[in-house]
Order: sequence, then C-alpha cells, then structure tokens
Amino acid sequence: MSNNKLLEIKEISIQFGGLKAVDRFSMDLESGELAGLIGPNGAGKTTVFNLLTGVYSPQTGSIDLEGQPIHRKKTFEISRLGIARTFQNIRLFKDLSVLDNILLGQHHRTQYGIWQVVLQTPGFQREEAQKKEEALELLKIFNLEKKQSAPAGALPYGEQRKLEILRALATKPKLLLLDEPAAGMNHSETTGLMEIISMIRERFNLTILLIEHDMKFVMKICEKIHVLDHGVKIAEGIPSYIQNHAEVIKAYLGTDEELH
Amino acid sequence: MMKSAPLISFVILALMGLMLDQFLNPYLQRTMALVLVNIILAMSLNLVNGYTGQFSLGHAGFMAIGAYTSAYLSTHWVAPAAIVPHLLFFIFYSLVSGCFAAIAGWLVGQPSLRLKGDYLAIVTLGFGEIIRVIILNSSALGGARGYFGIPGPSPISFGGLALNAFYSFYLVAILWVLTCFFVIYRTISSTHGRAFMSIREDEIAADSLGIHTTRVKVKSFVLSSFFAGVAGSLFSHCMNFIAPSTFSMLMSINVVIMVVLGGMGSMTGPILAAVIISVLPEALRPLQELTGQDYRMVIYSLILIVLMLVRPQGLLGHKEIWNFWRKTRVE
Ligand SMILES: Nc1ncnc2c1ncn2[C@@H]1O[C@H](COP(=O)(O)OP(=O)(O)OP(=O)(O)O)[C@@H](O)[C@H]1O
Ligand SMILES: [Mg+2]
Repeated sequence: MSNNKLLEIKEISIQFGGLKAVDRFSMDLESGELAGLIGPNGAGKTTVFNLLTGVYSPQTGSIDLEGQPIHRKKTFEISRLGIARTFQNIRLFKDLSVLDNILLGQHHRTQYGIWQVVLQTPGFQREEAQKKEEALELLKIFNLEKKQSAPAGALPYGEQRKLEILRALATKPKLLLLDEPAAGMNHSETTGLMEIISMIRERFNLTILLIEHDMKFVMKICEKIHVLDHGVKIAEGIPSYIQNHAEVIKAYLGTDEELH
Repeated sequence: MMKSAPLISFVILALMGLMLDQFLNPYLQRTMALVLVNIILAMSLNLVNGYTGQFSLGHAGFMAIGAYTSAYLSTHWVAPAAIVPHLLFFIFYSLVSGCFAAIAGWLVGQPSLRLKGDYLAIVTLGFGEIIRVIILNSSALGGARGYFGIPGPSPISFGGLALNAFYSFYLVAILWVLTCFFVIYRTISSTHGRAFMSIREDEIAADSLGIHTTRVKVKSFVLSSFFAGVAGSLFSHCMNFIAPSTFSMLMSINVVIMVVLGGMGSMTGPILAAVIISVLPEALRPLQELTGQDYRMVIYSLILIVLMLVRPQGLLGHKEIWNFWRKTRVE
C-alpha cells in the first residue's frame, strides 16, 4: 500500500428493495488527487457519496480513510474526520444568512460553551470574531463577501452552489466531494468554477472527488476518472483512456450526453 | 449587544413595577403575574418549536414538574428569613424546579430526539399526560384535590414605601423573564443557536457539517424544559394552589398557540402573543356580563383563526419588534 493513499473503498454495495444501486464498487484516492465519478443518470453516483458520508451504511465491503475504517460511523463523525460534501439538489440553510451558513461549517470546532455565551465572556467574543474573520476570508474566494448578510436562499442559483462549496470548505476537510458543482451554470461560470476548484485544491491541500455530467469539464479538470453504470464500475483511468473505452461508450450510447 | 443590557432592563422594569404595585388593583396584578409566567413559557417553547424546528407538545408536563417541586419545597422547607433574605429563597425554589424539569427534559429528549420526524410531538404529548396521571395518584402531592397553601413571597418595604406582596413576586418573576430572554437571545446569536436553526433548516446538511444534531436538539430541549420548570414554580407561588387538571394538554396547546401566533423563530413575537393571549380572555369578560353568556372562547377562537389566515407566519414572522420600528423610522 502506498503511503499517500487517502481513501480506500473496497467492494461496497447497497440495495434498495430489489435495486442494486451500488454493486461491489471499489476505488482508491491518492492524497491530493482530483478525480471524477461519471456515469449515466441513475448509475449510483450520488449513492456512492451517501455511502462515503454515512448517510447510508454499505451492506458489504469497507471504506478506509487514512487507514481507519469509517463505514460504520455516523455522518457527523465522518465529517469531523475530514470528508465534506455538497449536494446535488443544493441544501443550504436558506433562511440563514450567507455568513451564518459558513459559520456553521466551523461549528464543530467551537471551544466556547453556552455559559460563556450567556456571560458574554471575552473568550467567547474573541473566538466569535475570529470565526467571522475566517468565514469572510472564505467568502472572498467567490467574491461573496458583500452578500454576507443576505439570506442564502435569496442568492442566484450559481452562487448558491458556490456558497455550498465554501460551507463544505469551512469544515476544513481533507477530502471534498462535489456532486455536480457545475449544474445550472453557464459556460463562463463553469470555466470560472474550474479555475477555482484547481485553486482551492492547491490552497487547502485537498483531495477532490467530483460527480459531473459536463464532460468537457470532467475531461479537462480530472486526473483520473471512474465510470459507474447500473451501480457497477465499468472503467477507471485517465481522461483520454476513458473517452475511447468501448464499454463506456456503450453505456453512454442512447443517452443525450457526449463523451467528447 | 451591550453587556449591561440585562441589568439596565431589570432596573427599569423594577421601577415600573413600583407603579403597578401601587396603582393596579389585585385582580389586574394577578393577570399581570400570569402574563409574566406565560411569557417565560412562550419564549422557552419557541426555542424548541421555533428555533430548533422540533415539535414539542409537552410543555405543561415540564411546567407541572416545576410547579409541584416548588410547592413541595416551599411548604416543607421554609426559609429561615432571619438568615437568608426572603426573596432569595423563592429564587432558589424556582432554580431547583427548573433543574428538575431540565432533568426530565433530558430523559424525554435523549431517546426521542434521536429519531428524525415527528416522534417528539407524540412522545411529549404522552409524557405530559403521564406526569399528570402520576400527580393525580400521588397523595403526597394532593392528588386530584390539588396542592393547597403554597406560600408566595411576603411583602417587602422599599425606602419607607410599604409594598404589596405582588411586588415581591414581581421582582422574582421579572428576574426570570429577563434571564430567560437574555439566555435565549444571546444563545441564538452564537454558534450554539445557529446550530439550533441549522437543524430547523436542513438536518441532513447540518449532519454533513459535523454537527452532532442529536446532542444539539437535546441541548435546546433541556434548556427549554428548564425554563418551563421555572415558569411552573412561579405559577405555583402566584396562584398559591395548583391541581393536576391545570397542567392538561390544553395548557401545552395554549403555549404552542402563543409561539405560532407570535411567529416561530422570533424573540419578541411569542412575547407579544403571550401578552395578547393572557389578556384577551380577561379583556372580553365585560362582554360576558353584557350578554349574560360566555362567548369568550368563541370570539377568542375566531380572532386566532382570522390572525392565522391573515398572517400565517405569525404576528412577527422571523422578525423582531425593533425591526418594524426601525423600518417605519427610515421610511
Ligand atoms: N433512498 C433510496 N431509496 C430507493 N432508491 C434509491 C435511493 N437512493 C437512490 N436510489 C436509486 O438508486 C439509483 C441510483 O441513484 P443515484 O441518485 O445514486 O444516481 P446518480 O448516478 O446520482 O444519478 P443522477 O446522475 O441522476 O444524479 C437510482 O435508480 C435511484 O432511484
Ligand atoms: Mg446524482
């Protein structure tokens, strides 16, 4: 086993009723890698994310993060161990402010207790100010600092996706899972997003796994691609290999998505 | 917010109370005392039902625990007034009552808040009834006859001014109203309060950020139960008599109405609603004398229905009284 293996997924499966949504799926992620997970609609991609984050527990197999098994852990525990995610159908705290959304990403690192809040101790005030400063720093990545007091639900769709990424970053993850980050974005927004994803990977030392239907985006940004079809992994490799893989082409045949 | 705001508001309210004590008749004073109790009930339930987005229907149960704890303590363990200032004892009774209710809150919340969905409503409803039935069958607590002779704080004098017993009670009550207000107000503007609201907004997302949602919900529930117990204690010293029938499901529903009517997730909304709902039946009393029949509940219900149709988000929604104030000044 190489030393810089961050995530090791071995033969995980989950079945909903009679449907094998994910079937003996394995995948390794090297530390610092940017990988893509693709597949036609209903292939089981989001379900893989849900298995990784403890929303479901796998019925077979194991998931190791830095050599430590996590597949029996709860969602909040896995998050604290360093896996953060965004959701395919954006799950922001819509009635809370943009800033509060980010601050909640920092919640589990809070030192102060309710007593200190009630007595408004200097320690509480210092920590709160520091949290806000950190949050603003994050907001600057996507130029959202001017909208810090707006309710998150009031942001345009593209900005909501960006805010969700920032909120995930606020948890200080090692591994970031992005579920269709470019969905609903126009061409120039997508290009901007690509640059920023590369930038945050460098800046925060991240490993990133992303699901995306925009093939140009995936082929350009990902170093390695894993392909799912009907819950089964049918291929893995570098973009040029995947684009010419017979089985992958067959899986995508008849869908309106293009591999090139 | 200013650090000294609680102290300043206490002094202002205490001075106002001097006037209430001198110029209000005893009947209105009792109504006023109940308004204060209801304000604490509404604020504390709002923490769970409004800010945390869980649906509790058992507030009367926690209130009953507080009320009976205080009743028992104050009749069995009377203050040696010469040693410890008299009022401190009543603060102590309510503190203990709050703690008992908080422990009950922890016992009820721990298992039921683990589950997602509306289990809490069912469990708390059952809990409220169980408490009532236990008291009903406990002779030490007076059973169905009720608990008589609960003392209230005795009158104090203030710089030569002889005050009524009302003022003593009032001081203890506003101390708790302000404690409840500032504890909740400060909490919700900290990370702990934000965590409450994140559960209301999207529990799955909160989980994914490493927030221990069960523990956060239990925290909110325990804090809420504590203040319900305190309100129960104040209630018992104000009425001097309590009975199991007082703490029925209707009482819990009444508090839910205050929260919903005032605006879930507003600090001041439920306070406003608590005042309106406590005063409304009294204000409608002359009507009863006029017509010879008790139409109060009919009118009361009609007013509620109309209000909820016109403002389904409650009187203040998510806003605070001062938000409206500022807006009108700017425009
Ligand atoms: N909780 C669930 N209960 C039942 N079936 C489910 C559940 N979650 C997912 N599925 C099913 O599992 C299959 C895989 O779903 P999944 O959401 O993982 O697909 P996907 O690859 O993310 O698709 P898309 O590209 O449309 O987002 C689908 O057939 C879906 O209906
Ligand atoms: Mg999906």
